[in-house]
Amino acid sequence: MEPAEALLTLSGLSKAYAGPVLLDVSLDLRPGEVHALVGENGAGKTTLARIVAGLTRPDAGAMALGGQPYAPASKHDAERAGVRMVMQELNLIPNLSIAENLFLGRLPSRLGVVCNRRLRAQAREAMARVGLGGLPPDCPVRDLGVGQQQLVEIAAGLAGPCRVLILDEPTAALTEAETARLFGQIRRLAAQGAAILYISHRMEETLQIAGRITVLRDGRVVGTRVVGGAPSSREGIVDGRPSSRDPRRVDTPPTTGDTPPTGGVSMDEIIRLMVGRDLGAVHRPARAQTGAVALRVIGLSRGEAIRDVGFEVRQGELLGLAGLMGSGRTETLRAIFGADRPEAGQVFLGGSPRPARIRSPRDAVRQGIALVTEDRKQQGLLLPLPIRHNVTLARLEALAGPGGVLRGGEEEAVAQRLAQALGVQCRSVEQPVAELSGGNQQKVVMARWLYRDCRVLLLDEPTRGIDVGAKFAIYKLLSELAERGKAIVMASSDLLELLAVCDRIAVMSAGRLVATFHRGEWTQDKIMAAALSGYAASAAKAAV
Amino acid sequence: MMSHEAPPRWRQHLARAAFEYAGLIAVLLGLLGGFEALIWFRSGRHFVTGDVLEMIAAQVPDSVIIAVGMTYVLILGGIDLSVGSVLALSSAVLGVMLSLSRIPLHALSLWTFAGAVAACLGVGMACGLANGFITVRWRLPSFIVTLGMLEMARGGAYLVSSSQTQYIGRAIEIVASTRLFGLPIPFVLALYIVIVGQFCLSRTVFGRYVVAIGTNEEAVRLSGIDPRPVKLAVFRLCGLLAAVAALLHTARLSSADPNAGTGYELQAIAAVVIGGTSLMGGRGSVVASFFGVLIIAVLGAGLVQLGAQEPTKRLITGGVIIAAVIADYYRRRMGKAERET
Repeated sequence: MEPAEALLTLSGLSKAYAGPVLLDVSLDLRPGEVHALVGENGAGKTTLARIVAGLTRPDAGAMALGGQPYAPASKHDAERAGVRMVMQELNLIPNLSIAENLFLGRLPSRLGVVCNRRLRAQAREAMARVGLGGLPPDCPVRDLGVGQQQLVEIAAGLAGPCRVLILDEPTAALTEAETARLFGQIRRLAAQGAAILYISHRMEETLQIAGRITVLRDGRVVGTRVVGGAPSSREGIVDGRPSSRDPRRVDTPPTTGDTPPTGGVSMDEIIRLMVGRDLGAVHRPARAQTGAVALRVIGLSRGEAIRDVGFEVRQGELLGLAGLMGSGRTETLRAIFGADRPEAGQVFLGGSPRPARIRSPRDAVRQGIALVTEDRKQQGLLLPLPIRHNVTLARLEALAGPGGVLRGGEEEAVAQRLAQALGVQCRSVEQPVAELSGGNQQKVVMARWLYRDCRVLLLDEPTRGIDVGAKFAIYKLLSELAERGKAIVMASSDLLELLAVCDRIAVMSAGRLVATFHRGEWTQDKIMAAALSGYAASAAKAAV
Repeated sequence: MMSHEAPPRWRQHLARAAFEYAGLIAVLLGLLGGFEALIWFRSGRHFVTGDVLEMIAAQVPDSVIIAVGMTYVLILGGIDLSVGSVLALSSAVLGVMLSLSRIPLHALSLWTFAGAVAACLGVGMACGLANGFITVRWRLPSFIVTLGMLEMARGGAYLVSSSQTQYIGRAIEIVASTRLFGLPIPFVLALYIVIVGQFCLSRTVFGRYVVAIGTNEEAVRLSGIDPRPVKLAVFRLCGLLAAVAALLHTARLSSADPNAGTGYELQAIAAVVIGGTSLMGGRGSVVASFFGVLIIAVLGAGLVQLGAQEPTKRLITGGVIIAAVIADYYRRRMGKAERET
């Protein structure tokens, strides 16, 4: 047992929103250790981090910091106790300077007047640590690139006294050199006795920096492994002194990206832990792929987000788009739909030899493409308006007579028919969509596109945040649509769901489409490895 | 076949409308009754008389028509601060063209008159179009764009009229003094615009788009609808209606004053907000705005009859605006609670 050594102990933490997110998670962080937390999207990593940082309260469970009970009510509380977090999303205020952002809430002042000289000096010191020394501290944050903003965020995390530092995907926007510098700072902090909880989906990095890796899956801890040592079953740990645990880690820099310095645990093993769920009876035979090509994409590119993406979908086919968060799935769908203008690439529709001209969502919809967006509340629904308005929005002109006057009775009938067909649970179609559950809201979005009757359906995370019943209703609907000859592209972070419903799965990694698997030839491990491959490749390239 | 339980559609609509506007009508009747009682008590005179109603009916048409345009702009999620100045500019153009013709007024030809009216409406529409185009093309907040237009149109009004009030006289008085169904023509026109405006808002594709864009523009865009032409059309409509109001305003005073319409934009916004239209967009009603204008007008007339001076009048009107918004907050909360049970 090691509680005497643990700096931060989490025991039995649980948290549920619509469904359970964390289930009985126990974990300990020791002083001087870098502890990585890995898992698929939605495994509960960020929620766990937010609980530790005082941003979210757990439903059950307890934490102890340095042997004392620790239950922060706010981020401020956590920081006072010495627990700091660098968040995944940027939380900077664009119009304030770097210095002001770094010390917001604790600006050096005298009689309420900010002491600018001291602020600047402190900011320079904090910025130098992360390699931003070349920038003036007065520079407004909005003028910085995403990577630099991320560094400011990190600098803010490093700037205060800290016993536990949580880093949530800190390197998502960083270059190799910046990452290396960050790792230097992390090691310095660890050497001073701080405990670091490091969250990342970049396996290479995790294996480089971490002493132990804990894998979360579906909100549960499925295993903790020691990097460069034996698997740490609870009784397996004899001595956990961080300084003696893995001396090589600090001394030997990684030679190449694809052979990380691992002894005890391999990347494969971690991946297996991450995805190893019981598939159960979701296998079904592949549909015969006889339909004509409905959508063909060639060389689609847009900045760093999507690079030379190409694929095709046939009528009656359900293509899954797998990949990690930020791998470019959303961006690809948006670019095809004309929501964002791609820099290069062509989209061919229905076997036409000439590329379709899609410069706006309006063009896309007119040519028979629909997009169900990832964020239905912000980008899909008219929340305060009735179901009826939401369902008919994309094809109102079909319900209008001369002068654009709507035939109210017909509209109501259409909305009622679709709401019923999709099983939307509501009192009437006059009920505001805001009052519906997430699953029913998503059905309303689907109803809108069903009414529009598009040939190609692009779906971005169509089952995010909805209950199981609604999920299965959506799967069933998608299958029926495929049977009816629609071409469907569905991006999802839930690999199980893709495995269950898709005919083919294309995997994106770091903006590229890296692999395509047919039903029957795929395994979760293969897909996960492909999803990670782009990041490994870029790391290897940078190291050479 | 109509089933026995379901009343015909139009009766459903009427019932819903009556419920919808019950609060505003109650406030209006309450004000009339309150002033009647107060004035009777203090001076033994009646407040609700033909003369007072006649005066209100003569005064409100320009405010009503401007409020209709403002309602559309606010539902869209924008704002138009330029309506008062656009009114003055349109009015000045009308006045100058009619007095430039130098024809003895009784011989003023129909064509000259029609040309002047067309120019007046055209100028208003052009101002609205400019507001809309700049807002849409450069994605600017309409608050700033129309604030600029407020200044420019006022400047234009002074330029066109050489800062002189143009007296027009009888030719245009006819517009204000003719009666239809026993009501002054301007009031009938305003009523007509309110009814058409409400119909378009709630029963046409255009109106549906306006509400949808005001609710969530990005969702509308991603549903394959280009929001830009709709926004452009709404600002153009608002400018055009300001010009229609200019026509009636000029007719009522028989002259075109370059200082006309000062502060009308705020008055219109106040009336629209009293009617319960949301400044955040996505929610509102033209008919409710009409009641909002009437409430402000009755309040003003009543206070004058009571002998209140301008400062008191403004204090009270301001208080009513704030009270209306607070009442709307509770009304919506009650509605929500009712729906949830």
